[in-house]
Amino acid sequence: MSNLIVSTSPHIHSKRTTTSVMLDVIIALVPAIIASSVIFGYKAFVLIAVSVAASVLSEWIFNLICKKKNTISDLSAVVTGILLAMNVPAKLPIWQMVIGAVFATVAVKGLFGGIGQNFANPAATARVMMVLSFGGTMTQFYFPMVDTTASPTPLAYIGAGALHKVPSTLELFLGLHGGSLGETCALALIIGGIYLLARKVITWHAPVAFIGTVFLFTWALGLPPVTEILTGGLMLGAIFMATDYSTTPLTKSGRFIFGVGCGLITVLIRVWGSYPEGVSFAILLMNILTPYIEKWTIRKPLGGAK
Amino acid sequence: MRFSLSGVKLPHHKNTSKKSAVVMPAPEIVTIPMVQHIGAPAIPVVKPGDNVTVGQVIAECGGYVSTPIHSSVSGTVKKLEQIQSTNGNFCTAVVIASDGEMTVSDQIAPVSVNSYEEFITAVKNSGAVGFGGAGFPTSVKLDVKDTSRIDTIIINGAECEPYITSDTRTMIDDSDNVVEGLKLLNKFLKAENIIIGIENNKAECIKVMREKTAALPFVKVKSLKSIYPQGGEKVLIYNITKKVVPEGKLPIDVGVIVLNCTTLAAIAKYINTGMPVVSKCLTVDGSSVCNPQNVIVPIGTAISDVLDFCGGLKCEPGKVLYGGPMMGITVNDLSLPVIKNNNAILAFDQKDSKEPETTPCIRCGKCISQCPFMLNPVLISKAYREHDTEALEKLKVNLCMECGCCSYVCPTKQPLVQRNKLSKTMLRNAKNKEAAK
Repeated sequence: MSNLIVSTSPHIHSKRTTTSVMLDVIIALVPAIIASSVIFGYKAFVLIAVSVAASVLSEWIFNLICKKKNTISDLSAVVTGILLAMNVPAKLPIWQMVIGAVFATVAVKGLFGGIGQNFANPAATARVMMVLSFGGTMTQFYFPMVDTTASPTPLAYIGAGALHKVPSTLELFLGLHGGSLGETCALALIIGGIYLLARKVITWHAPVAFIGTVFLFTWALGLPPVTEILTGGLMLGAIFMATDYSTTPLTKSGRFIFGVGCGLITVLIRVWGSYPEGVSFAILLMNILTPYIEKWTIRKPLGGAK
Repeated sequence: MRFSLSGVKLPHHKNTSKKSAVVMPAPEIVTIPMVQHIGAPAIPVVKPGDNVTVGQVIAECGGYVSTPIHSSVSGTVKKLEQIQSTNGNFCTAVVIASDGEMTVSDQIAPVSVNSYEEFITAVKNSGAVGFGGAGFPTSVKLDVKDTSRIDTIIINGAECEPYITSDTRTMIDDSDNVVEGLKLLNKFLKAENIIIGIENNKAECIKVMREKTAALPFVKVKSLKSIYPQGGEKVLIYNITKKVVPEGKLPIDVGVIVLNCTTLAAIAKYINTGMPVVSKCLTVDGSSVCNPQNVIVPIGTAISDVLDFCGGLKCEPGKVLYGGPMMGITVNDLSLPVIKNNNAILAFDQKDSKEPETTPCIRCGKCISQCPFMLNPVLISKAYREHDTEALEKLKVNLCMECGCCSYVCPTKQPLVQRNKLSKTMLRNAKNKEAAK
């Protein structure tokens, strides 16, 4: 008998792996990590490190307890950790960060079967949980370059009708204002988004639909649309969370609809809701609709008989 | 309307495209299987001890969908034996000991063809099958009864599989036969619209074909994007004519016939010289092969003899394939023969043969966006695991041409196309069960 391997075609495979996809997401987040450390100081970096460590460690322990094959090498826990830290204010107590990261990794992802099986975005869901549980610290924003005590976010100003206090468009674009760690610097996030598009990790559908809907809807309502798209967690959510594979539709048209839905809900919450920001809620709500959107937008095979 | 169908960009590895094919001398022994085509096995008409010459009929058609088989060497029939082919089925093979002379049969003479019916008979007698890989008897494909049904004939020179350059070399080295074939199609099938489709990574081929067909008003040479699976029959039809072949229908139902360029050259060669299909141009390549090249090999030559002719193997191969890396079939026994629809023998070293590790699906959707037929491999896999034949039917798994793009692009290395194949069987079994009730 020969030692030749017998297998079915194809006999070659692309170099892409889950790990390489996640590594690309991490690389895309590097500009935002640097921006947050510049804008909010070393504390931002500490929070990100803690969040990543807590995510990875909790996934490792979870897999150990469940006797599952360990998956930390796919780097998805690192991505969850960074994204969650991007969603919290700079002075969040460390223990709250740890609880959030463990919740995201274990409760939202691990318990549903791990990577690819969770229906809700871990970072968005954990952020919602933290806003509800740690209402005080999660809504106390700072902008250390100007005021080290407290500095409301631009959205809070808009919500309060104090439009004159909103920073200039350039300041918004560069992220020089109060907010969560990674959400303020639109420039860094857009650079990351372009990198992900170039590497074909994400498609343009969800981010463009999400941001475009917010722009058009707020413009129609007479709000300043440029300010609206540059503030809050919109850029972060649209580029990094509305493009999460597990929790958004498989089809490109489905991703577009997902983005439009996220945009509509975000504006509804911003304008009429009791929270100044609605990106996390919007993503979470649309995550729930994902299976239905997928069903509606499934591609019709070429030449398929009725 | 979509401009052209999706697919994947593959590394081309067309290492052997620059050198003309080399004729391999007769091996000591050839093993000629009676199944080298889709349809009924051919029926041997020789017995052990018979002397045969090159081009002599050694097996006749076993039915309408079948093809005759000819001796590829001169010598003595040693025995008729059962061999196991790569799909596990057994078939009869005629084993001939070559005398090394390659004496041509005295019956080989140019064939006189004056009508459509005579043309179809000549195609049948030539032993031509779809050389692209499917091996469908060409006479059956061309036997459309009413030639007015034919709107377009596409000559497939796409050759989208990596490594393989045998069609490329045929179009360059044997371009006169290709051109003769085009004229025959025009004359006997009344084809007024013949399009030669060639991927744009074969500039020399496109140039040669354009020059040679410049005087033929009914022929166009179309340069196609180098995107796998450009050479898939339905993909090529869509990308050239924008026609969709519906499920369960044949290309002729939308007025199109697709013929492989090497098949066409073989038909022309038979009509002009009388020599049927007795040899095949093969690309021999892969990381284990010492001297990658194109070789014209007598049908029935053992793979090991072909590899030896190409300087042997550098190292012990992990995998040896009949055909290209995307749709080729692994061989577990190097004594298996070369058959008509082979276009390559690839031998890969252990490193290139390693099967990748599968990790959980991350729902990236790449398998969906790359599928040329807009199927949903990830959903088919789900339905397969759940034994949901109703869903498989709805997902149109039967449209899958098994090109393997989904498995290729998958970052988690899921066996997607493999599950599509299994799903087809599952669906067929379920339907048979239903019918039996």
